[in-house]
Amino acid sequence: MRRILEANIGLVFLFLYVPILAVVVFSFNSGEQISVWQGFTFGWYAKLFEDEALWRACRNSLMVAGVATAIATVIGTAAALAIERYRFRFRTALVRCLYLPIIIPDIVLAIALLTFYVQVRIPLGLITVIIAHSVFNIAYVTIVVRARLQGYDNTLEEAARDLGANEWQTFWRITLPLIAPGIIGGALLAFTLSIDDFVITFFTAGVGYTTLSVHIYSLLKFGITPKINAISTMLLANSIVFILLFSWFQGGATTSQRQEAQ
Amino acid sequence: MRRNYYLLILLFPVVFWLVCFFLLPLVSVFIYSFIERGTYGGVRWNFTIENYQRLFDGLYLGILWRSVSTALVCTAICLLLGYPFAYYLARYKPKHRSILLLLVVVPFWTNFLIRTYAWILILRTEGLMNSLLGSIFPNWSPLELLNTPFAVQIGLVYGYLPFMILPLYAALEQLDMSLLEAAQDLGASPRRAFWHVTVPLSLPGILAGSMLVFIPTVGAFLTPDLLGGGKVSYIGNVIERQFKTARDWPFGSALSFMLMGIVLVGTVLYFRALQQDEPKST
Repeated sequence: MRRILEANIGLVFLFLYVPILAVVVFSFNSGEQISVWQGFTFGWYAKLFEDEALWRACRNSLMVAGVATAIATVIGTAAALAIERYRFRFRTALVRCLYLPIIIPDIVLAIALLTFYVQVRIPLGLITVIIAHSVFNIAYVTIVVRARLQGYDNTLEEAARDLGANEWQTFWRITLPLIAPGIIGGALLAFTLSIDDFVITFFTAGVGYTTLSVHIYSLLKFGITPKINAISTMLLANSIVFILLFSWFQGGATTSQRQEAQ
Repeated sequence: MRRNYYLLILLFPVVFWLVCFFLLPLVSVFIYSFIERGTYGGVRWNFTIENYQRLFDGLYLGILWRSVSTALVCTAICLLLGYPFAYYLARYKPKHRSILLLLVVVPFWTNFLIRTYAWILILRTEGLMNSLLGSIFPNWSPLELLNTPFAVQIGLVYGYLPFMILPLYAALEQLDMSLLEAAQDLGASPRRAFWHVTVPLSLPGILAGSMLVFIPTVGAFLTPDLLGGGKVSYIGNVIERQFKTARDWPFGSALSFMLMGIVLVGTVLYFRALQQDEPKST
């Protein structure tokens, strides 16, 4: 029985990681074929730096993700505070409605926003993408901040108030610093998901407003070159940095784990 | 009174944002699904239910069935791979467990487009799968693996497996081991204890994981598009075509609305099952 379980673990990890590793390995392949090994080179990475369209797409992605994350972090944190601290009518309805954008398939949210923009005559551009991303990002920020608030010590706030701090001071000096790791964690997750999003961007971006994901998609559709392996590897490295930052800010279990890794 | 004032400040932005950019868009797609298509890709503001009637065309029912059955198969495969995985992980030494867990989470943070592309690298005719098989069997003639329903299925399982493992792990990790010991003390075989104690207690995780896999896969657009090569249609691709090439927005809206209907039915069934499960688990 144990054997079978161990074999399954190995199989699942192979399944999860062999494709990713293949992309990384072939990003150093000197051949023109994406999956036939010819020799080692850094050439594809050098080519990335000359790619004007790629950098434009990168800038767009960073801007969209940055603004959408900022909006979602503020709104999502406020929502998490309201949901965890107060009991009010429609609270359950709000929670369900808040998580619905990430429950329904991407394409439905994308189509809904697209028809809405057209009906109220908002011209498609980067703003429309930013709004779309903020909608699903609010849900993720709220989830992460709520989790932080649930393991939270209320007595510190009471102590601050007993010592004469008003609501505003308590919030800035006690509450915010205490939940900051949750807020930063939520923002990191939102930023990553925003950079990675393709489907929603694909439908809500105006013509000529290409983000990184949309750029990669058109490369995949209209001519796959080994350059894609290099772009993918860069993005993978980026994701890993973000995930490590996220676990670092979440602290606790992951701190001890990093110490072990060293 | 002051309390309400703070609550209002906290709630106003989220309610405003959700109403404007989520609920109104849903209303908008609903309206679109009931109007006529114009001659040159636009729309004519006449009420019609023709878009919904078209859904019952044999062609679209077939595509719908393909999407739903593919998503169900994907959910089943993820459950079969994910359950033993999560079971083992939940009992693993805590020291190394968090590293293994991190390794499951990494794909979740990785660009979905790239993870799908990786399978093009493996499955294409000159790809890694065929060259591996070719080196084992000298007379191997390369198979056409890409642009098949098989490729789509594998891509979907790959894409959503972590969504199954994480809730299963959360459920199995909280499982009270003393209950299993009690079952065995009372004479249950390990197999019986597993089916009568472990599985029922982890049911919330099974349900949550199944939902998280089924919903995105039933509406998947990218995986069938890249790995299916547009040769086999799924509902996500048909919707995309209505908006990007066929320019039949009203029909695309009706399709989206039906897709959302399927998902909502699934969600309601999920909450039902969860409520029925509750008396047992307490």
